[in-house]
Amino acid sequence: MRVSYYPGCTLSTKARGYDRSGRAVAAALGVELVELPEWQCCGATFPLATDNSLALIAPTRVLYQAEQAGEQVAALCAICYHVLKRTQTTLERDLEMRERINWFTEQEYQGRVRVVHLLELLRDEPGWDGLAERVTRPLKGLRAAPYYGCLLLRPYDEIRLDDPESPTILHDLLRALGAEPVDFPYNVECCGSYITVKEPKISETMSRDIVASAREHGAQVIVTACPLCQFNLDYPQRETEFGRSGEEIPVVYFTQLMAVALGLPEEDWGLEEYYVDPRPLFRD
Amino acid sequence: MSRIGLFVCHCGINIAATVDVERVAEVVGRDSHVVFATDYKYMCSDPGQQLIKDAIVEHGLDGVIVAACSPGMHEKTFRATAAAVGLNPYRCEIANIREQCSWVHQEEPERATEKAIEIVRTMVEKVRRDEDLVPFELPITRRALVIGGGVAGLEAALSIASAGYPVVLVEREGYLGGKMARLSGTYLNFEAAPDLLQQRVGRVLNHPNIRVLLNAQVTGLEGYVGNFKAEVSGSRVQIPGSNLKPEAPKPETLEVGAVVVATGWDPYPLERLPEYGGGRVPDVIDGLAFEEMLRPGGELRRPSDGRVPREVVFVQCAGSRDPERGVSYCSKVCCMYVAKQAMMFKERVPEGQAYVFYIDIRSAGKGYDEYVQRAMEQHDVLYLRGKVSKIFRRGGRVVVWGADTLAGRPVEVEVDLVVLATAMLPSRGAIPLAQTLHIQTDGYGFYNEAHPKLRPVESLTAGIFLAGAGQGPKDIPEAVAQAGGAAAKVLQLFAQEAMVQEPTVAYVVEELCAACGACVAVCPYEAREIHPVRGIATVNAALCQTCGACVVACPNKASRIHNWEPGQVLAMADVLTEMSS
Repeated sequence: MRVSYYPGCTLSTKARGYDRSGRAVAAALGVELVELPEWQCCGATFPLATDNSLALIAPTRVLYQAEQAGEQVAALCAICYHVLKRTQTTLERDLEMRERINWFTEQEYQGRVRVVHLLELLRDEPGWDGLAERVTRPLKGLRAAPYYGCLLLRPYDEIRLDDPESPTILHDLLRALGAEPVDFPYNVECCGSYITVKEPKISETMSRDIVASAREHGAQVIVTACPLCQFNLDYPQRETEFGRSGEEIPVVYFTQLMAVALGLPEEDWGLEEYYVDPRPLFRD
Repeated sequence: MSRIGLFVCHCGINIAATVDVERVAEVVGRDSHVVFATDYKYMCSDPGQQLIKDAIVEHGLDGVIVAACSPGMHEKTFRATAAAVGLNPYRCEIANIREQCSWVHQEEPERATEKAIEIVRTMVEKVRRDEDLVPFELPITRRALVIGGGVAGLEAALSIASAGYPVVLVEREGYLGGKMARLSGTYLNFEAAPDLLQQRVGRVLNHPNIRVLLNAQVTGLEGYVGNFKAEVSGSRVQIPGSNLKPEAPKPETLEVGAVVVATGWDPYPLERLPEYGGGRVPDVIDGLAFEEMLRPGGELRRPSDGRVPREVVFVQCAGSRDPERGVSYCSKVCCMYVAKQAMMFKERVPEGQAYVFYIDIRSAGKGYDEYVQRAMEQHDVLYLRGKVSKIFRRGGRVVVWGADTLAGRPVEVEVDLVVLATAMLPSRGAIPLAQTLHIQTDGYGFYNEAHPKLRPVESLTAGIFLAGAGQGPKDIPEAVAQAGGAAAKVLQLFAQEAMVQEPTVAYVVEELCAACGACVAVCPYEAREIHPVRGIATVNAALCQTCGACVVACPNKASRIHNWEPGQVLAMADVLTEMSS
């Protein structure tokens, strides 16, 4: 299966390991991620004001490129996914807005692209049972805390990936890999997101509580689908006052655990660049 | 030659400002069948009606046309006027020259006058050919079916039975009392709900006019007001005595004249509140479960470890007033029962602490607000104004995240037990039952009343009445009051000697009928069928609504409507075609 792929800016810079492991596991499962040619930034935020059509222009350009390339476009970054999916939903429902944006971009976006996250792509094909069958190195006994954050799931009416209050998609994936998903109450709390740029103390407080809760529930690793969550949970543990108290927990992407479990070579794991080094967990 | 009187109404200026009413009377008055024609300011007023009566007597009229407003407004009025002086009321007809003429042609008075003349002339042709008709009388089965044995159903059954009429009370569960049977005390005076209910249940079980069917369902209903046939499957309760031995349900057909639907409510499922730990955290329970702990014989202990809770959080509006994830409406009873439960908890655990998270307090009702104030002031229940965002376990306790919007800050409380005042939903059987009974529900599954202000205990289907929380969230006194109202409507029906039905319904000219069944297929009211023995189409006059669909469908012109005969309609059409040619 060939699917258009939109990496987004972060996966080309800070989250290269996510990109590398994502492409590798997709390929191992028979999904060829075909990068959109000459893609541009999605804008990274979905506008909160309903009449802010300016902020919809960048993501619509991405969607237009994807529409030329095929029926669906896959993203890995939870933020890109969020912005593209909500833009798509908005333009599908609001014809007037679509015409307005198309008039400005001078591109005829038809509003037909299905925006998918790699998680839902794999949930449907090969499915969790199918995935489990291909696992060659099960993550036996690994207590992994699935951390969903906000942007991957909310708002439900527009995203519709999983229940935003009690999601299971990462849990199911971890079980398929042979790991033991650790349920902890902070798994859908916000990590602070962009506030880390302007008010790092606030986001550090938020991420400290999330990491502490995962630790209390016995997690050895936190699993995420979002580069900003990864950074916000990982960085303060090593680099700020807050984080240094208590035992460190590495924070990885689900694709990285998949790469390990599917028996891919270590260079496909993409685990080199983190503050808390996860690699010791996976070296025999 | 007919002797028709024409009475043209000004309706103040409603008609007269546009239509030249004098000219209408004058022009149509020249018709040889019209022996009297006049106009008057308000024909529906007492002097106006007297004018009609006097003219009928003085001129020996055999037909009356009132050119005025819609027949929906005053057809009944003027037919009664005619009948008062001995004219058959079905020889009195309305020519609508207001809604269908003056109001819609205000810009063109001259053409409006011409149109009014045409309308009235068509009526002359109709009235010339009208016949004396007599209303039908239909028998009434003076037995009521009450569906639902909660406090509303019990009240309705007792009221009807005490007036001397037999009642069949059908209950889905194996016991009577409904949700009230699970309550501890009732609010305002903490009277024990089981005691209150037991008196009622005892009276119902021992009442000679009430038959109770438990584990029972209504599976079908046909017929019409006064003459329903209900398919019921259930087991009989042994009377007297409260020794309820269940027997195998058996289906039967009941003939009843009226139905009271009192199927009550179900709580919003805890599992649909995952953000509150519903279904996942054992010490997060709903209000009904807490009631059971507070009941005599119940134990106030946490589900997780059986310890007596010292600190309890009550969350109001759990699922209610939440258009995005829950239901949009207010469930109405929660503000009151949370105050009651918090006070009862404090009675049991005086050193304990109760917290209530609320959006706002809705305590409208006699003595209700004072009661909530009592909880705050005399029982030190801590009321926090704000919604709860999240509830989860920490160690052996339950953590509640909320907001105190009066202090303007987020709040975290760690307690032993959380009680969610979950929304009231219509009973899970409400929608299928509504389909069985042919009554309507709203988007949530609550039964629709016939009119929100003036007919709150009736459904839109004649003979089917509503009581209790199945029609919308309500507390015990409201449910009982509505049940009394529904019972009064049933008794009003039973007090009539017979059901009177308008005679202007469809009939069949038997010698023309070929039993093709076209009328049966086209009738929207299930009023038509082919007689199984005689092999011709028949009309159930009680169900016919005079829509005329069968008249149009019948290829032989065998289906007709009294006083809307083919000859009448064609003569009316002739008037219009002649005048426009």
